[in-house]
Amino acid sequence: MGKTLFEKIWDEHVVADLGGGASLLHVDRHYLHELCISRGFPTLHERGLPVRNPDLTFATPDHVISSAPGRTGGAFPWSIKVMDTMRIETAKAGIRLFDIDQDGQGILHVIGPELGLTLPGTTVICGDSHTCTNGALGALAFGIGISEVVHILATQTIVQRKPKTMRANLEGTMARGVYSKDLILALIGKIGAAGGAGHAIEYAGSAVRALDLEARMTLCNLSIELGSKTGMVAPDEKTYAYVKGRRFAPAGAQYDAAVAHWKTLATDADAKFDAEVSLQVSGLPPQITWGTSPEDVIGVDGRIPEPGHVSKSDALAYMGLKAGDRIAGTKVDRVFIGSCTNSRVSDLRIAAEVARGRKVAKHVEAWIVPGSVGVKKEAEAEGLHEVFLAAGFQWREPGCSMCVGVNEEWAAPKARCVSTSNRNFVGRQGPEVRTHLASPAMAAAAAIAGEIADVRQFMS
Amino acid sequence: MEKFTTLTAIAAYYPRANVDTDLIIRVERCAKVEKGGLGKYAFEMARFLPDGSDNPEFPLNNGPFRQARILVGNINFGCGSSREMAVWAIAGMGIRCVIAPSFGEIFFGNCFQNGLLPVILPQATVEKIGAALEADPANAKLTVDLERQVVVAPDKSEHAFAIEPLRKKALLEGLDEIGLTRLREAEIAAFQQKDRLKRPWVYV
Repeated sequence: MGKTLFEKIWDEHVVADLGGGASLLHVDRHYLHELCISRGFPTLHERGLPVRNPDLTFATPDHVISSAPGRTGGAFPWSIKVMDTMRIETAKAGIRLFDIDQDGQGILHVIGPELGLTLPGTTVICGDSHTCTNGALGALAFGIGISEVVHILATQTIVQRKPKTMRANLEGTMARGVYSKDLILALIGKIGAAGGAGHAIEYAGSAVRALDLEARMTLCNLSIELGSKTGMVAPDEKTYAYVKGRRFAPAGAQYDAAVAHWKTLATDADAKFDAEVSLQVSGLPPQITWGTSPEDVIGVDGRIPEPGHVSKSDALAYMGLKAGDRIAGTKVDRVFIGSCTNSRVSDLRIAAEVARGRKVAKHVEAWIVPGSVGVKKEAEAEGLHEVFLAAGFQWREPGCSMCVGVNEEWAAPKARCVSTSNRNFVGRQGPEVRTHLASPAMAAAAAIAGEIADVRQFMS
Repeated sequence: MEKFTTLTAIAAYYPRANVDTDLIIRVERCAKVEKGGLGKYAFEMARFLPDGSDNPEFPLNNGPFRQARILVGNINFGCGSSREMAVWAIAGMGIRCVIAPSFGEIFFGNCFQNGLLPVILPQATVEKIGAALEADPANAKLTVDLERQVVVAPDKSEHAFAIEPLRKKALLEGLDEIGLTRLREAEIAAFQQKDRLKRPWVYV
């Protein structure tokens, strides 16, 4: 029987079989953000262990840094200390650091692919749950906790149990105003926030093949919101073209050799998955969440459902919404366009198309936070920042910002925020803040309408 | 790592589904608070009212459940962020074992790194145990026997759970994963030597 993409990459990285279903896997790419360093390195030092492979370890600040224009680092004494620790430790260990304002700085899951660090067939591990974003290139990528970060720093390996495999077949053609963010939100709504638990997902089908690489990253980014170990897309001609010429990508004869290898990775025709799920994307409306789990999602033309469980009644109360009401027309206070989900230049182009020639509603504060220095420069070269600034959006500096809120870039209590990020959890964007997840197009439409709005009405 | 063998303790039932790690510990606490100090911030948004007083609707605020060392949860417990501080915070409240129908993948792994046992039981079993705990708080004790891989409910019924052998051994004996992997340094070096020839583009 043939093998899946996941199984091929897994098998290629087994250093040792530890018995009982556990394997020691080699880590090709270990990405560190500043909190991984400030929390992980003290343990490494306590144990007197060196970083085994600084050459395969890459760091950038994204979590605690301010996104304010003109920022110089952390916004608080504690975050300045975290930044100092990051600089000292990476310098001592010889780890490549993409620091503030340097080419390469940005959200880790944006810069990994952008710099050509994330490659098809590699294992990409990071102390951040959205590492699965990197699976869009056909990498085996997942997030871990701090103990395992230390384990990788010391050994360049990780102890893992093989998850089951699941194929998500996305078939059909997306309508205008619908993007990969809508596809993955709809899939989470269909199979639930634990629908992928215990599985590594491969996204397949005509709708996935049609997506460009950045849209595939959005798709894979929300794999963790399905409860899955990871999400990935088999590399194809689009992937090889995306990788070519990037800063750390192979070049010349080595590129050709790499592509030849990557072409062997796709799932074999006779491979069997432990589970198969499907989603018909034709006719799907733009999606938006109404509750406090990404699975609480409906079409923007829909009504808020009756709660079927005490958790959902709690969610409605937290969100200040009533079952049976239309979601469109709900007044919003904040809009956030950014995060490892939707902060790439293609996302910003989509938002700018909606914003062009229009104005952000007076009562709305709307932020654009590009995913990296590279994205920011490219967007500015295209004049996208001028479109946003003219419309009344703030044009900010790259980082995680309001997605995770560790730098306290929060909305006010009970404020309603339409966000292109990945989590609408209780308190995620600040205590008592009500988050609605949506695509960059829907977020831009909400900023302009001042309420949750169907972006299709903004498109000619 | 602290060993886990058998635990008989008060167990509290928190039936909320999809308890995410943001709910367990706010992210700015992860960044600012030292490991040993996280317990008092565990579940802070559910556990305390905005004025800082105890929220009576949070199960672990009531009577004997304040002393709970076992937490019984619902599906997808610990979903979301990879923050290991969620495990540190729960451990800081005194919890050594979480029982649920399913877990967030990363949280599940993080538990084992900290000597905390996550137990998966069928949803119907978890709900039955949870209801028994709520019905009789004075008798709300469970026994979790890792060696035998059973949870003993208040009515003495036994419920078997599965655990991967290496993880079981590590918990029972308090093994150190990094120490064990470092014993395999020769294998790691041999892997990389071979891999450098096969996939030179990986080694930048």
